[in-house]
Amino acid sequence: MPSFEYAPAPESRAVVDIASSYGLFIDGEFTEPVDGSTFKTVNPATEEVLAEVSEAGQADIDRAVAAARRAHTEVWGPMPGRERAKYLFRIARLLAERSREFAVLETLDNGKPIRESRDVDVPTAAAHFFYYAGWADKLDHAGYGPNPRPHGVAAQVIPWNFPLLMLAWKIAPALAAGNTVVLKPAETTPLSALLFADLLLQADLPPGVVNIVTGARETGSMLVTHRGVDKIAFTGSTAVGKRIARELAGTRKHATLELGGKAANIVFDDAPVDQAIEGIVNGIYFNQGQVCCAGSRLLVQESVAEEVVERLKSRLGTLRLGDPMDKNTDVGAINSPQQLERITRLADAGTAEGATRWTAACEIPATGYWFAPTVFTDVSAAHQIAREEIFGPVLSVMTFRTPQEAVAKANNTPYGLSAGVWTEKGSRILWMADQLRAGVVWANTFNRFDPTSPFGGYKESGHGREGGRHGLAPYLIEGAH
Amino acid sequence: MAAAKASAVKRTAPQGDGAAEDDVVVEATTARASSSSAQSPAPARIDVRKTYKLFIGGAFPRSESGRTYEVTTATGSFAANAAQGSRKDAREAVVAARAAQPGWAGATAYNRGQVLYRVAELLEGRREQFVAEVSAGEGLSTDAAHAVVSDAVDRWVWYAGWTDKVAQVAGSANPVAGPYFNISAPEPTGVVALLAPQQSSLLGLVSVLAPALVTGNAVVLVSSERRPLPAITLAEVLATSDVPKGVVNVLTGRTAEIAPHLAGHMDVNAIDLTGAVGADGVTWGELEAIAADNVKRVLRPELDEAEEDWTRSPGLRRVLAFTETKTVWHPKGV
Repeated sequence: MPSFEYAPAPESRAVVDIASSYGLFIDGEFTEPVDGSTFKTVNPATEEVLAEVSEAGQADIDRAVAAARRAHTEVWGPMPGRERAKYLFRIARLLAERSREFAVLETLDNGKPIRESRDVDVPTAAAHFFYYAGWADKLDHAGYGPNPRPHGVAAQVIPWNFPLLMLAWKIAPALAAGNTVVLKPAETTPLSALLFADLLLQADLPPGVVNIVTGARETGSMLVTHRGVDKIAFTGSTAVGKRIARELAGTRKHATLELGGKAANIVFDDAPVDQAIEGIVNGIYFNQGQVCCAGSRLLVQESVAEEVVERLKSRLGTLRLGDPMDKNTDVGAINSPQQLERITRLADAGTAEGATRWTAACEIPATGYWFAPTVFTDVSAAHQIAREEIFGPVLSVMTFRTPQEAVAKANNTPYGLSAGVWTEKGSRILWMADQLRAGVVWANTFNRFDPTSPFGGYKESGHGREGGRHGLAPYLIEGAH
Repeated sequence: MAAAKASAVKRTAPQGDGAAEDDVVVEATTARASSSSAQSPAPARIDVRKTYKLFIGGAFPRSESGRTYEVTTATGSFAANAAQGSRKDAREAVVAARAAQPGWAGATAYNRGQVLYRVAELLEGRREQFVAEVSAGEGLSTDAAHAVVSDAVDRWVWYAGWTDKVAQVAGSANPVAGPYFNISAPEPTGVVALLAPQQSSLLGLVSVLAPALVTGNAVVLVSSERRPLPAITLAEVLATSDVPKGVVNVLTGRTAEIAPHLAGHMDVNAIDLTGAVGADGVTWGELEAIAADNVKRVLRPELDEAEEDWTRSPGLRRVLAFTETKTVWHPKGV
């Protein structure tokens, strides 16, 4: 395949103003944390410090929860759905209007290519608000009984891989259903949530309806275990999800857990190979593989395995790794040194356990956190790289002979978030879709997301759904007939 | 007299784990001593006393532990001996349920509906036996017990009719913003452990069992500890019905002993904790905490101190609690 030289095409970072320091967004205003703790957030592509961010402690969480409670009791709870809807529509519109600002900030703070934050994260986030806005005054028709009620105050903790999009997935249905929110963005990617707080001021959202508290794991733990919250929504690791489930045991609080995954992407011998290659690449290298539903296990039918792997490697050779702000960049930076260390460790385990490692030849920038697209072949189901979620651009390739074997291998995991199937045969697609124990099955496509489409896992990938009519359920208490 | 017997039985109850077998011996002796009056003459015919077994994989094995316990009526007289299920029995039951689940889920919804409806027919056929068990076990008049059996049969019929409707009510065609076919539908969660209510031994039992079966789950049911007879009789009904073996497995014994093993079992996908309310020596919160080990779906009891009102018309809550929504995407094109 010929390779082309591209001139740099960087997006301008001038569209967004980053303050040198940020407070906590509580009760409609930015305030200093009670004990004054701060931490820094860096651009993972350059290691440059972007801003100093407040670390919320117990007193701050108390304040935020109290503000959310007051807002729920006095303002947001009594407000008719049609009025709540208008606020949500406003937010959707403002997100679209300020989309470039959000995209640039997201890329700077997260390290993902601007092409992805511009074309996926931000527009999908805006669409999510737009979709749920319309539900706010139609809850009677959602299938949860007449006059379904909100829980009250929702505590929401989100990960760093899609900071703004996960915020939208959490906040939009919660507000539409009539809950108020205290949200904690991830420690390494707090900036788009703080910019969102600014957008809420612009939207004149009543104070306390949404509160944003920044901090690390401890802050998150304080929030989800706070006595004053009624509903918990968490997206993150399975280990933390289990801890939250344990902490909530015996209480009357409900949790939505969107946890890890180890998805199989299954390619049959009659698959449209060019499309399948693009799907495999999108499945595991989208967002540097830092995606819970990533297609991290490639199952290829034995008769075409060699061809598929060769073409995959050839395609990976054309991916451009580098400056996430460059519009031509395909592979951006890994979000943090901790994550880079994890990916490196698991990939090394793959080598140590005897799998064959192949890495795309690409220049790694001198500063920042990077990991080149990597493919492991000769992987056995027992290998760590076939079992554990790596959350990085590392693909483990295995083969199968029959559809039954593909199903058995695909389902051989405690996870069950997503799966991919590539074949031209319609009946086989539908049979496979029935057999795969996963919450989302992408057939002849991968990593598609839409506000109307429910997303969430089977088994240890968590429970509850986000998106669509189903995504309202976790935020509503069923009304009595 | 009756009150004295009741308290004699109760006395052994709070001693949760460990010496379970000894407790039962004490309990059995106490109950028997007080129920047989030494002075009365021998009856003309001696009863054939029943010792019931477990229901696992379509068979009726004894508990591998060899233990049984005495079941008494509401007034404290002897009713039957029941198997006192153990951890190993629970594990066997999970294996049977896992093996049976794909076949049950793979049957057509219409077929599951027919099979479940036939169970209702069989329940009706055993009416007199259920009336006797409910009346004796729950201390109800015959008329009241008849009403309970009627409600239980009706409830089973109601759920049987849901098999081929749940997906239409709980599923959706999703209008995504792109050229894709996108559809969501509920699927069974898999293997579900059910702690049947302690008090309502038939209507409550049916109210937790039937909804779990509707979508194609296989279940391991722990019966009411002190009122297990309707569950045992229901197992006999199921054994002669068209419900495939292993789809329903029934364990009798001490809830506090068996439930933690099911809550912690890594091949159980969900657990209904209804029967933890009123069970001696265990709380639903403890079980829920154990269930977090593999992110089980947990259905909490509705109330902390009492059972819900089982005569109330149920919604789809119990059906949907043991389903997973699967969403399938496919591109559209020419």
